[in-house]
Amino acid sequence: MSQNSATQQIYLETIAAAGKRAPAGMPAWISELQARAASRFAEVGFPAAQQEEWKYTDVGPIARAGFTPAPKGLNGVDITGLEGFLFEDLSCHRLVFVNGYYAPALSQLGGLPAGVTVSGLADALSERPETLEAYLGRCLPDASHGFTALNSALLADGAFVHLSRGVSLEQPIHILYVTTDEAEAMLMQPRNLIVAEPGSQATLIEHYVANGEAAYWTNTLTEVVAEVSASVTHYRLQEEGPRAFHVGGLHVNLDRDSRFTSHGIDLGGRLVRNDLRSVLDAEGAECHLNGLSVLGGRQHVDNHTHIDHASPRGTSREFYKGILDGRARGVFHGRIVVHPHAQHSDAEQLNHNLLLSRDAEADSKPQLEIYADDVKCSHGATVGQLDADALFYLRSRAMDEAAARDLLTYAFARDVLQRIGLEPVRLQLERRLARGLLHGRDTKELELA
Amino acid sequence: MLSIRNLQASVNDEPILKGIDLEVNAGEVHAIMGPNGSGKSTLANVLAGRENYTVTGGEVIYQGKDLLALAPEDRAREGVFLAFQYPVEIPGVSNIYLLKAALNAIRKHRGEPELDAIDFLELVKGKIALVEMREELLYRSVNEGFSGGEKKRNEILQMAVLEPRLAILDETDSGLDIDALQAVASGVNALRSQERAIILVTHYQRLLNYIEPDHVHVLAEGRIMKSGDKGLAHELERQGYGWITQPAAGTSP
Ligand SMILES: Nc1ncnc2c1ncn2[C@@H]1O[C@H](COP(=O)(O)OP(=O)(O)O)[C@@H](O)[C@H]1O
Ligand SMILES: [Mg+2]
Repeated sequence: MSQNSATQQIYLETIAAAGKRAPAGMPAWISELQARAASRFAEVGFPAAQQEEWKYTDVGPIARAGFTPAPKGLNGVDITGLEGFLFEDLSCHRLVFVNGYYAPALSQLGGLPAGVTVSGLADALSERPETLEAYLGRCLPDASHGFTALNSALLADGAFVHLSRGVSLEQPIHILYVTTDEAEAMLMQPRNLIVAEPGSQATLIEHYVANGEAAYWTNTLTEVVAEVSASVTHYRLQEEGPRAFHVGGLHVNLDRDSRFTSHGIDLGGRLVRNDLRSVLDAEGAECHLNGLSVLGGRQHVDNHTHIDHASPRGTSREFYKGILDGRARGVFHGRIVVHPHAQHSDAEQLNHNLLLSRDAEADSKPQLEIYADDVKCSHGATVGQLDADALFYLRSRAMDEAAARDLLTYAFARDVLQRIGLEPVRLQLERRLARGLLHGRDTKELELA
Repeated sequence: MLSIRNLQASVNDEPILKGIDLEVNAGEVHAIMGPNGSGKSTLANVLAGRENYTVTGGEVIYQGKDLLALAPEDRAREGVFLAFQYPVEIPGVSNIYLLKAALNAIRKHRGEPELDAIDFLELVKGKIALVEMREELLYRSVNEGFSGGEKKRNEILQMAVLEPRLAILDETDSGLDIDALQAVASGVNALRSQERAIILVTHYQRLLNYIEPDHVHVLAEGRIMKSGDKGLAHELERQGYGWITQPAAGTSP
């Protein structure tokens, strides 16, 4: 038996045990969804490096580590220093998860306008199962990979956001996932569902942090349903602990004239894989994806995007950047599929990587599959070092070489951050990056551009 | 202030400067003219310390120091300033940040205290008026999305704020309309003093109507072929460079 199937077996047993413990009163459709996912996981197991989609990322270390699903109850642990994870000057609604489970005592959901529901997924399952039944799992592809299947099979808790027709949520929702040292060797599996009914609008911040240095695994999955003319802005801020594994799926379904904007920032984690799939399912949908990875040491971050232009007149924009130091490795695989009837699709994909050390590596793989004839599609990818002309320009203005290098590195990252509309989030990320990349130099005036 | 002696430099093993001699004293304005590709920008860049230009012979003494031995940032701190022919765009770095970092690095080198935010802004606003630049450009990324004229004004603004001892302007006048040209000229003329020297690299005599040079040199094929006073610039305007670069032919265009 290979190591993969050995650990797969352990998870299958866990799934079976979890099924027996399932609380009474759980709707039947949920058990069916979980059972289907369990057999999918039994069938495919963990992805193997021979698969094209996984060739740059060996998930063996995750499969071999044999994490156990975090039990309920670890969300009660006392958290000190939660303030460190909040955004200064950001008025927001807050949903906090500790070690995978909703922590109501740390959350703040007062003052939500009528027509907006924000809660833990487990609570939503018992309170309004019929709404969830209509949406949960709907965005996922049938041929999902093992991580997606595992998340569904062990589905327990996560964030649930529902926006009724025409509602505009003014304040963003900060969804904070804190993992503590109590979760050493454990698996956290948040499952999030965001439903935006026609004409509604909201901004969500999925934020993954560690309160400690435990080795753990987050296998998170988010579904976003944006109905006609809805607008969802989504942030994924990944600041997991230095020994953490993080596998994330973000599945988006876009109806007519809807708009999805995503900012995915990867700063933490040891081995990270993000799959973002967006289906432009009806005319005039728009999808804007921005991504930034700033990595060092032996960090490995793999961003896979898959945009399906499944209807005419859709627009997609991708702008991903990576800064790689030490022995870090950054992967970007951007797949764009324009379906035969998706005329007047407009897709643009850019991926730029900056290598700061000789041992760092960036792999960039665009994959455009275009089956319609009247479309605009472009892509560009670069892997390189700092611009020598810019470096000389700064030095000729009296800046010493080290400072000039740091400044250009920071500016390279800032290019992505400047697309972030929420100023408190942008400023906090800029300061965080400035601390790391500018080695504590004064940045006040930098914030002015 | 600046003595260039038999300076030779090459790019990618291709000799470009083939023995330049030039003496620039404090208080003087020198114009360097010459056909395209003659090595004017190469000379300017070698003086500023650009790395991919290899000095293969000769020396440059600036205020008694071996200029070529200094790193580019040290040259800037010692008062050398190059206004680039093609200013670089630096997305993500604000113009005002660069100005402040540059000024404070130079002040620190001189043993002067750093300027605080208020004094600095006051200084910059005065200079901005001099070069008639739009103030909002201060808060944009360096040169990003600037028009050609705005980039050149921005170079002159930096020069005005940093108050170099030796300013080298590489075709700052190229492509400018008359308003921008006058703004550049007032920036340069405001800097003129007995302690400073200015080298204007230019293609046209036009700029010299606004900034009167003490000396005019013709650089061609990597050498200074002819030197004179401002009358030489007028002569070049009338006759072109042919009579200097091909003296044997004895013809004028
Ligand atoms: N970075 C470079 N790489 C290769 N060739 C260069 C470079 N810079 C200048 N040259 C060459 O050196 C010569 C002089 O160029 P330059 O100094 O820019 O002339 P000018 O400024 O007088 O027009 C030209 O033949 C040009 O092609
Ligand atoms: Mg030139």
